[in-house]
Amino acid sequence: MVGRDPITCDQVLGEISNYLEGDVTPSVRASMDDHFHTCPRCRSVLEGARNVIRLYRDERMIDVPSGFGRRLEKRLARDARTLRPTWSSWSAWLIPVAALALFAGGLRWANSLTTAHPLQSQHAQPAKGIPPEMTVVVSVGAKEFHVPGCPFIHNKDQERTLTAREAVREGYVPCVRCMRKYLETASNTSGSSATVAIADVETDDNR
Amino acid sequence: MDTAREQDLIAQVQRGQHELFYELIRPYERRVYAAAIAILRNEIDAEDVAQEAMLKALANIRQFRAEAKFSTWLIQITVNEALMRRRRQRTAMTEGIDDQRDEDGDYAPRDFADWREIPSEALERKEVRQKLAKALASLDLKYREVFVLRDMEQLNIQETAEALGISVASVKIRLLRARLMLRDLLAGGWERGWFSRLPFEKGAKPW
Repeated sequence: MVGRDPITCDQVLGEISNYLEGDVTPSVRASMDDHFHTCPRCRSVLEGARNVIRLYRDERMIDVPSGFGRRLEKRLARDARTLRPTWSSWSAWLIPVAALALFAGGLRWANSLTTAHPLQSQHAQPAKGIPPEMTVVVSVGAKEFHVPGCPFIHNKDQERTLTAREAVREGYVPCVRCMRKYLETASNTSGSSATVAIADVETDDNR
Repeated sequence: MDTAREQDLIAQVQRGQHELFYELIRPYERRVYAAAIAILRNEIDAEDVAQEAMLKALANIRQFRAEAKFSTWLIQITVNEALMRRRRQRTAMTEGIDDQRDEDGDYAPRDFADWREIPSEALERKEVRQKLAKALASLDLKYREVFVLRDMEQLNIQETAEALGISVASVKIRLLRARLMLRDLLAGGWERGWFSRLPFEKGAKPW
Protein backbone atom coordinates (compact mmCIF):
# COMPACT_ATOMS: atom_id res chain seq x y z
CA MET A 1 0.00 0.00 0.00
CA VAL A 2 2.91 2.27 0.75
CA GLY A 3 3.53 4.79 -2.01
CA ARG A 4 0.37 3.94 -3.93
CA ASP A 5 -2.56 6.26 -4.31
CA PRO A 6 -5.51 5.00 -2.32
CA ILE A 7 -8.57 4.29 -4.43
CA THR A 8 -12.20 4.46 -3.33
CA CYS A 9 -14.88 1.79 -3.76
CA ASP A 10 -16.68 3.99 -6.31
CA GLN A 11 -13.53 4.34 -8.36
CA VAL A 12 -12.90 0.60 -8.19
CA LEU A 13 -16.45 -0.22 -9.28
CA GLY A 14 -16.19 2.26 -12.13
CA GLU A 15 -13.07 0.52 -13.42
CA ILE A 16 -13.96 -3.06 -12.62
CA SER A 17 -14.98 -3.91 -16.17
CA ASN A 18 -11.85 -2.36 -17.64
CA TYR A 19 -9.84 -4.26 -15.01
CA LEU A 20 -11.32 -7.50 -16.28
CA GLU A 21 -10.49 -6.45 -19.83
CA GLY A 22 -6.88 -5.75 -18.84
CA ASP A 23 -7.58 -2.21 -19.94
CA VAL A 24 -6.20 -0.22 -17.00
CA THR A 25 -2.77 1.24 -16.45
CA PRO A 26 -0.31 -0.75 -14.30
CA SER A 27 -0.57 1.76 -11.48
CA VAL A 28 -4.38 1.65 -11.43
CA ARG A 29 -4.25 -2.14 -11.52
CA ALA A 30 -1.87 -2.21 -8.59
CA SER A 31 -4.09 0.16 -6.61
CA MET A 32 -7.16 -1.93 -7.38
CA ASP A 33 -5.39 -5.14 -6.42
CA ASP A 34 -4.56 -3.59 -3.09
CA HIS A 35 -8.15 -2.52 -2.67
CA PHE A 36 -9.54 -5.98 -3.42
CA HIS A 37 -7.31 -7.43 -0.72
CA THR A 38 -8.83 -5.21 1.87
CA CYS A 39 -12.42 -4.69 0.65
CA PRO A 40 -14.60 -7.83 0.62
CA ARG A 41 -17.50 -5.94 -0.98
CA CYS A 42 -15.54 -4.89 -4.04
CA ARG A 43 -13.90 -8.30 -4.19
CA SER A 44 -17.35 -9.87 -4.23
CA VAL A 45 -18.42 -7.69 -7.14
CA LEU A 46 -15.23 -8.53 -9.03
CA GLU A 47 -15.69 -12.26 -8.55
CA GLY A 48 -19.34 -12.03 -9.45
CA ALA A 49 -18.66 -10.15 -12.67
CA ARG A 50 -15.92 -12.59 -13.57
CA ASN A 51 -18.30 -15.46 -12.95
CA VAL A 52 -20.94 -13.83 -15.14
CA ILE A 53 -18.51 -13.53 -18.04
CA ARG A 54 -17.31 -17.11 -17.64
CA LEU A 55 -20.84 -18.50 -17.56
CA TYR A 56 -22.17 -16.58 -20.52
CA ARG A 57 -19.09 -17.24 -22.57
CA ASP A 58 -19.81 -20.93 -22.39
CA GLU A 59 -20.99 -22.37 -25.69
CA ARG A 60 -23.82 -24.15 -23.90
CA MET A 61 -25.38 -20.79 -23.20
CA ILE A 62 -26.28 -20.43 -26.84
CA ASP A 63 -29.54 -22.22 -27.33
CA VAL A 64 -30.64 -22.47 -30.93
CA PRO A 65 -34.12 -23.59 -31.91
CA SER A 66 -34.41 -27.22 -32.86
CA GLY A 67 -33.71 -27.73 -36.58
CA PHE A 68 -32.05 -24.33 -36.96
CA GLY A 69 -28.99 -25.67 -38.77
CA ARG A 70 -31.03 -27.85 -41.10
CA ARG A 71 -33.28 -24.97 -42.07
CA LEU A 72 -30.31 -22.68 -42.61
CA GLU A 73 -28.65 -25.21 -44.87
CA LYS A 74 -31.87 -25.65 -46.83
CA ARG A 75 -32.36 -21.92 -47.29
CA LEU A 76 -28.79 -21.46 -48.43
CA ALA A 77 -29.16 -24.28 -50.92
CA ARG A 78 -32.39 -22.79 -52.25
CA ASP A 79 -31.54 -19.10 -52.36
CA ALA A 80 -27.88 -19.33 -53.25
CA ARG A 81 -29.00 -20.33 -56.74
CA THR A 82 -30.78 -17.01 -57.18
CA LEU A 83 -27.70 -15.04 -56.22
CA ARG A 84 -25.98 -13.28 -59.05
CA PRO A 85 -23.07 -15.40 -60.11
CA THR A 86 -19.85 -14.01 -58.77
CA TRP A 87 -17.39 -12.43 -61.14
CA SER A 88 -15.03 -15.32 -60.76
CA SER A 89 -17.51 -17.93 -61.93
CA TRP A 90 -18.39 -15.84 -64.97
CA SER A 91 -14.91 -14.95 -65.87
CA ALA A 92 -13.91 -18.42 -66.96
CA TRP A 93 -15.96 -18.12 -70.13
CA LEU A 94 -17.07 -14.50 -70.26
CA ILE A 95 -13.67 -13.00 -70.88
CA PRO A 96 -12.71 -15.17 -73.86
CA VAL A 97 -16.16 -14.66 -75.39
CA ALA A 98 -15.94 -10.90 -74.93
CA ALA A 99 -12.44 -10.87 -76.36
CA LEU A 100 -13.57 -12.91 -79.35
CA ALA A 101 -16.50 -10.58 -79.95
CA LEU A 102 -14.23 -7.55 -79.80
CA PHE A 103 -11.71 -9.21 -82.09
CA ALA A 104 -14.36 -10.20 -84.62
CA GLY A 105 -15.91 -6.75 -84.50
CA GLY A 106 -12.52 -5.20 -84.98
CA LEU A 107 -11.77 -7.41 -87.95
CA ARG A 108 -15.05 -6.58 -89.59
CA TRP A 109 -14.46 -2.90 -89.07
CA ALA A 110 -10.95 -3.09 -90.40
CA ASN A 111 -12.17 -5.12 -93.36
CA SER A 112 -14.78 -2.53 -94.18
CA LEU A 113 -12.07 0.10 -94.32
CA THR A 114 -9.92 -1.84 -96.75
CA THR A 115 -12.41 -3.50 -99.08
CA ALA A 116 -15.46 -1.31 -99.18
CA HIS A 117 -14.00 1.96 -100.33
CA PRO A 118 -15.75 5.16 -99.47
CA LEU A 119 -18.27 5.90 -102.12
CA GLN A 120 -16.79 8.08 -104.79
CA SER A 121 -20.00 10.00 -105.41
CA GLN A 122 -22.11 11.96 -103.05
CA HIS A 123 -25.07 10.70 -105.07
CA ALA A 124 -24.57 7.28 -103.64
CA GLN A 125 -27.76 5.35 -103.30
CA PRO A 126 -28.83 1.81 -102.94
CA ALA A 127 -28.61 -0.12 -106.14
CA LYS A 128 -29.92 -3.53 -105.44
CA GLY A 129 -30.39 -6.02 -108.15
CA ILE A 130 -27.21 -5.43 -110.16
CA PRO A 131 -25.68 -8.72 -111.29
CA PRO A 132 -22.16 -8.89 -109.76
CA GLU A 133 -20.63 -10.27 -112.96
CA MET A 134 -22.29 -7.73 -115.20
CA THR A 135 -19.89 -5.78 -117.36
CA VAL A 136 -19.90 -2.11 -116.53
CA VAL A 137 -17.88 0.91 -117.61
CA VAL A 138 -16.00 3.41 -115.51
CA SER A 139 -13.79 6.27 -116.56
CA VAL A 140 -10.88 8.12 -114.99
CA GLY A 141 -11.99 10.94 -112.74
CA ALA A 142 -15.61 9.80 -112.65
CA LYS A 143 -17.44 8.38 -109.67
CA GLU A 144 -20.08 6.22 -111.26
CA PHE A 145 -20.17 3.01 -113.16
CA HIS A 146 -22.38 2.67 -116.20
CA VAL A 147 -24.04 0.27 -118.52
CA PRO A 148 -21.82 0.20 -121.64
CA GLY A 149 -23.03 2.81 -124.11
CA CYS A 150 -24.56 5.06 -121.47
CA PRO A 151 -24.57 8.63 -122.79
CA PHE A 152 -23.57 10.02 -119.44
CA ILE A 153 -20.09 8.55 -119.27
CA HIS A 154 -17.50 11.26 -118.74
CA ASN A 155 -14.03 11.11 -120.31
CA LYS A 156 -15.09 8.44 -122.75
CA ASP A 157 -11.55 8.21 -124.11
CA GLN A 158 -10.32 7.00 -120.74
CA GLU A 159 -13.02 4.48 -119.95
CA ARG A 160 -12.37 0.89 -118.96
CA THR A 161 -14.59 -2.08 -118.43
CA LEU A 162 -14.85 -4.26 -115.36
CA THR A 163 -17.47 -6.21 -113.51
CA ALA A 164 -20.05 -4.61 -111.24
CA ARG A 165 -18.46 -6.41 -108.28
CA GLU A 166 -15.08 -4.86 -109.05
CA ALA A 167 -16.59 -1.43 -109.58
CA VAL A 168 -18.34 -1.54 -106.23
CA ARG A 169 -15.17 -2.71 -104.56
CA GLU A 170 -13.32 0.25 -106.02
CA GLY A 171 -15.90 2.62 -104.67
CA TYR A 172 -17.88 3.40 -107.76
CA VAL A 173 -21.61 3.83 -107.49
CA PRO A 174 -24.22 2.99 -110.09
CA CYS A 175 -25.26 5.68 -112.51
CA VAL A 176 -28.77 6.53 -111.45
CA ARG A 177 -29.87 6.94 -115.04
CA CYS A 178 -28.51 4.12 -117.13
CA MET A 179 -28.32 1.57 -114.38
CA ARG A 180 -31.88 2.16 -113.20
CA LYS A 181 -33.08 1.90 -116.76
CA TYR A 182 -31.09 -1.29 -117.24
CA LEU A 183 -32.49 -2.84 -114.09
CA GLU A 184 -36.05 -1.94 -115.02
CA THR A 185 -35.59 -3.55 -118.38
CA ALA A 186 -33.90 -6.61 -116.88
CA SER A 187 -36.63 -7.16 -114.36
CA ASN A 188 -39.27 -6.86 -117.06
CA THR A 189 -37.61 -9.33 -119.34
CA SER A 190 -35.99 -11.96 -117.13
CA GLY A 191 -37.31 -11.32 -113.68
CA SER A 192 -35.08 -10.98 -110.68
CA SER A 193 -33.75 -14.49 -110.54
CA ALA A 194 -30.53 -13.69 -112.37
CA THR A 195 -29.61 -10.75 -110.27
CA VAL A 196 -27.73 -10.41 -107.02
CA ALA A 197 -27.93 -7.44 -104.80
CA ILE A 198 -24.95 -5.15 -104.45
CA ALA A 199 -25.24 -5.85 -100.77
CA ASP A 200 -24.64 -9.47 -101.60
CA VAL A 201 -21.60 -8.53 -103.61
CA GLU A 202 -20.22 -6.69 -100.63
CA THR A 203 -21.02 -9.56 -98.33
CA ASP A 204 -19.21 -11.92 -100.65
CA ASP A 205 -16.19 -9.70 -100.50
CA ASN A 206 -16.12 -9.94 -96.76
CA ARG A 207 -16.04 -13.69 -96.68
CA MET B 1 -12.33 -26.73 -38.36
CA ASP B 2 -8.68 -25.78 -38.54
CA THR B 3 -7.57 -22.47 -39.98
CA ALA B 4 -6.02 -23.94 -43.11
CA ARG B 5 -9.21 -25.81 -43.95
CA GLU B 6 -11.25 -22.67 -43.34
CA GLN B 7 -9.02 -20.59 -45.60
CA ASP B 8 -9.22 -23.23 -48.26
CA LEU B 9 -13.02 -23.29 -48.08
CA ILE B 10 -13.20 -19.49 -48.21
CA ALA B 11 -11.06 -19.45 -51.33
CA GLN B 12 -13.21 -22.09 -52.99
CA VAL B 13 -16.45 -20.30 -52.18
CA GLN B 14 -14.93 -17.05 -53.43
CA ARG B 15 -14.21 -18.83 -56.71
CA GLY B 16 -17.90 -19.63 -57.02
CA GLN B 17 -18.35 -22.97 -55.29
CA HIS B 18 -21.35 -21.78 -53.31
CA GLU B 19 -22.35 -25.28 -52.31
CA LEU B 20 -19.42 -25.33 -49.87
CA PHE B 21 -20.62 -22.25 -48.01
CA TYR B 22 -22.69 -24.06 -45.42
CA GLU B 23 -19.75 -26.25 -44.46
CA LEU B 24 -17.75 -23.05 -44.01
CA ILE B 25 -20.23 -21.33 -41.70
CA ARG B 26 -21.51 -24.35 -39.79
CA PRO B 27 -19.06 -23.95 -36.87
CA TYR B 28 -20.40 -20.43 -36.33
CA GLU B 29 -24.10 -20.87 -36.91
CA ARG B 30 -24.90 -20.92 -33.20
CA ARG B 31 -23.00 -17.71 -32.61
CA VAL B 32 -24.72 -16.10 -35.56
CA TYR B 33 -28.07 -16.99 -34.09
CA ALA B 34 -27.03 -15.73 -30.63
CA ALA B 35 -26.07 -12.35 -32.10
CA ALA B 36 -29.43 -12.07 -33.83
CA ILE B 37 -31.52 -13.12 -30.84
CA ALA B 38 -29.62 -10.71 -28.56
CA ILE B 39 -30.76 -7.81 -30.68
CA LEU B 40 -34.20 -8.99 -31.71
CA ARG B 41 -35.34 -11.09 -28.73
CA ASN B 42 -37.72 -12.99 -30.95
CA GLU B 43 -36.83 -16.48 -32.11
CA ILE B 44 -38.62 -16.30 -35.43
CA ASP B 45 -37.09 -12.97 -36.38
CA ALA B 46 -33.68 -14.04 -35.12
CA GLU B 47 -33.70 -17.17 -37.24
CA ASP B 48 -34.85 -15.30 -40.31
CA VAL B 49 -32.23 -12.61 -39.82
CA ALA B 50 -29.54 -15.24 -39.26
CA GLN B 51 -30.48 -16.84 -42.58
CA GLU B 52 -30.61 -13.50 -44.39
CA ALA B 53 -27.26 -12.53 -42.93
CA MET B 54 -25.64 -15.74 -44.14
CA LEU B 55 -27.05 -15.22 -47.62
CA LYS B 56 -25.64 -11.72 -47.56
CA ALA B 57 -22.30 -13.07 -46.41
CA LEU B 58 -22.32 -15.50 -49.32
CA ALA B 59 -23.24 -12.76 -51.79
CA ASN B 60 -20.36 -10.65 -50.51
CA ILE B 61 -17.86 -13.39 -49.87
CA ARG B 62 -15.39 -11.87 -52.31
CA GLN B 63 -15.17 -8.79 -50.13
CA PHE B 64 -13.87 -10.83 -47.22
CA ARG B 65 -10.19 -10.19 -46.67
CA ALA B 66 -7.94 -12.86 -45.23
CA GLU B 67 -6.48 -10.55 -42.59
CA ALA B 68 -9.90 -10.37 -40.86
CA LYS B 69 -11.30 -13.11 -38.69
CA PHE B 70 -14.03 -14.95 -40.56
CA SER B 71 -16.23 -15.52 -37.51
CA THR B 72 -16.07 -11.82 -36.62
CA TRP B 73 -16.97 -10.89 -40.18
CA LEU B 74 -20.03 -13.15 -40.04
CA ILE B 75 -21.11 -11.76 -36.68
CA GLN B 76 -20.76 -8.19 -37.89
CA ILE B 77 -22.93 -8.88 -40.93
CA THR B 78 -25.49 -10.53 -38.66
CA VAL B 79 -25.48 -7.60 -36.25
CA ASN B 80 -26.02 -5.19 -39.15
CA GLU B 81 -28.92 -7.23 -40.45
CA ALA B 82 -30.47 -7.50 -37.01
CA LEU B 83 -30.11 -3.79 -36.33
CA MET B 84 -31.73 -2.98 -39.67
CA ARG B 85 -34.59 -5.34 -38.91
CA ARG B 86 -35.05 -3.83 -35.49
CA ARG B 87 -35.05 -0.30 -36.87
CA ARG B 88 -37.80 -1.27 -39.26
CA GLN B 89 -39.80 -2.89 -36.50
CA ARG B 90 -39.33 -0.40 -33.74
CA THR B 91 -42.26 1.83 -33.12
CA ALA B 92 -40.86 4.32 -30.64
CA MET B 93 -41.75 2.16 -27.69
CA THR B 94 -40.03 1.75 -24.37
CA GLU B 95 -36.67 0.62 -25.69
CA GLY B 96 -36.39 3.72 -27.78
CA ILE B 97 -36.98 5.83 -24.72
CA ASP B 98 -34.55 3.79 -22.64
CA ASP B 99 -31.87 4.32 -25.25
CA GLN B 100 -32.01 8.05 -24.71
CA ARG B 101 -31.04 7.78 -21.07
CA ASP B 102 -27.88 9.39 -19.93
CA GLU B 103 -25.05 6.90 -19.73
CA ASP B 104 -22.76 8.86 -17.50
CA GLY B 105 -24.53 8.14 -14.24
CA ASP B 106 -22.83 5.61 -12.00
CA TYR B 107 -24.27 2.20 -11.51
CA ALA B 108 -24.22 1.05 -7.92
CA PRO B 109 -24.25 -2.69 -7.31
CA ARG B 110 -27.26 -3.65 -5.31
CA ASP B 111 -25.90 -6.61 -3.44
CA PHE B 112 -22.42 -6.75 -2.01
CA ALA B 113 -22.90 -10.11 -0.40
CA ASP B 114 -20.21 -12.58 -1.29
CA TRP B 115 -21.24 -14.47 -4.38
CA ARG B 116 -20.64 -18.14 -4.24
CA GLU B 117 -19.36 -19.13 -7.62
CA ILE B 118 -21.80 -20.82 -9.95
CA PRO B 119 -19.90 -23.80 -11.33
CA SER B 120 -19.81 -24.35 -15.07
CA GLU B 121 -21.28 -27.81 -14.56
CA ALA B 122 -24.48 -26.09 -13.53
CA LEU B 123 -24.94 -25.15 -17.19
CA GLU B 124 -25.76 -28.78 -17.90
CA ARG B 125 -29.07 -28.07 -16.23
CA LYS B 126 -31.60 -26.60 -18.53
CA GLU B 127 -33.26 -24.55 -15.81
CA VAL B 128 -29.95 -22.88 -15.00
CA ARG B 129 -29.44 -21.97 -18.66
CA GLN B 130 -32.96 -20.67 -18.81
CA LYS B 131 -32.43 -18.52 -15.72
CA LEU B 132 -29.31 -17.05 -17.25
CA ALA B 133 -31.03 -16.43 -20.57
CA LYS B 134 -33.94 -14.81 -18.82
CA ALA B 135 -31.67 -12.54 -16.81
CA LEU B 136 -29.91 -11.48 -20.00
CA ALA B 137 -33.20 -10.89 -21.80
CA SER B 138 -34.33 -8.62 -18.99
CA LEU B 139 -31.54 -6.12 -19.71
CA ASP B 140 -32.28 -3.10 -21.82
CA LEU B 141 -31.24 -3.63 -25.37
CA LYS B 142 -28.28 -1.29 -25.35
CA TYR B 143 -26.66 -3.23 -22.51
CA ARG B 144 -27.67 -6.63 -23.78
CA GLU B 145 -26.27 -6.18 -27.29
CA VAL B 146 -22.91 -4.97 -26.01
CA PHE B 147 -22.68 -7.79 -23.50
CA VAL B 148 -23.57 -10.44 -26.08
CA LEU B 149 -21.12 -9.20 -28.67
CA ARG B 150 -18.24 -8.76 -26.26
CA ASP B 151 -18.73 -11.51 -23.70
CA MET B 152 -20.60 -14.17 -25.62
CA GLU B 153 -19.46 -13.60 -29.20
CA GLN B 154 -16.05 -12.50 -27.99
CA LEU B 155 -15.65 -9.62 -30.36
CA ASN B 156 -13.14 -7.17 -28.95
CA ILE B 157 -14.18 -3.74 -27.72
CA GLN B 158 -13.29 -2.04 -30.99
CA GLU B 159 -15.15 -4.60 -33.09
CA THR B 160 -18.17 -4.35 -30.84
CA ALA B 161 -18.19 -0.58 -31.23
CA GLU B 162 -17.92 -0.88 -35.01
CA ALA B 163 -20.63 -3.52 -35.23
CA LEU B 164 -23.07 -1.41 -33.27
CA GLY B 165 -21.98 1.94 -34.66
CA ILE B 166 -21.23 3.40 -31.24
CA SER B 167 -18.09 4.76 -29.62
CA VAL B 168 -15.54 2.65 -27.79
CA ALA B 169 -16.25 4.71 -24.66
CA SER B 170 -19.95 3.82 -24.88
CA VAL B 171 -19.11 0.15 -25.25
CA LYS B 172 -17.01 0.25 -22.11
CA ILE B 173 -19.65 2.02 -20.05
CA ARG B 174 -22.44 -0.27 -21.23
CA LEU B 175 -20.32 -3.33 -20.72
CA LEU B 176 -19.57 -2.35 -17.15
CA ARG B 177 -23.24 -1.85 -16.42
CA ALA B 178 -24.32 -5.03 -18.15
CA ARG B 179 -21.83 -7.11 -16.20
CA LEU B 180 -22.75 -5.55 -12.89
CA MET B 181 -26.46 -5.80 -13.53
CA LEU B 182 -26.19 -9.46 -14.46
CA ARG B 183 -24.13 -10.09 -11.40
CA ASP B 184 -26.81 -8.48 -9.27
CA LEU B 185 -29.53 -10.45 -10.97
CA LEU B 186 -27.81 -13.77 -10.52
CA ALA B 187 -25.95 -13.45 -7.25
CA GLY B 188 -28.80 -13.91 -4.87
CA GLY B 189 -30.50 -16.54 -6.99
CA TRP B 190 -27.74 -19.10 -6.74
CA GLU B 191 -27.43 -18.59 -3.04
CA ARG B 192 -31.10 -19.25 -2.69
CA GLY B 193 -31.00 -22.43 -4.69
CA TRP B 194 -32.03 -21.01 -8.07
CA PHE B 195 -35.50 -22.40 -7.74
CA SER B 196 -36.93 -19.44 -5.97
CA ARG B 197 -37.92 -16.52 -8.10
CA LEU B 198 -35.07 -14.17 -8.83
CA PRO B 199 -35.45 -10.50 -8.00
CA PHE B 200 -36.07 -9.43 -11.59
CA GLU B 201 -38.75 -12.06 -11.96
CA LYS B 202 -40.79 -10.37 -9.30
CA GLY B 203 -41.21 -7.46 -11.65
CA ALA B 204 -38.84 -5.04 -10.02
CA LYS B 205 -35.44 -4.52 -11.59
CA PRO B 206 -32.72 -3.83 -9.05
CA TRP B 207 -31.51 -0.74 -10.94
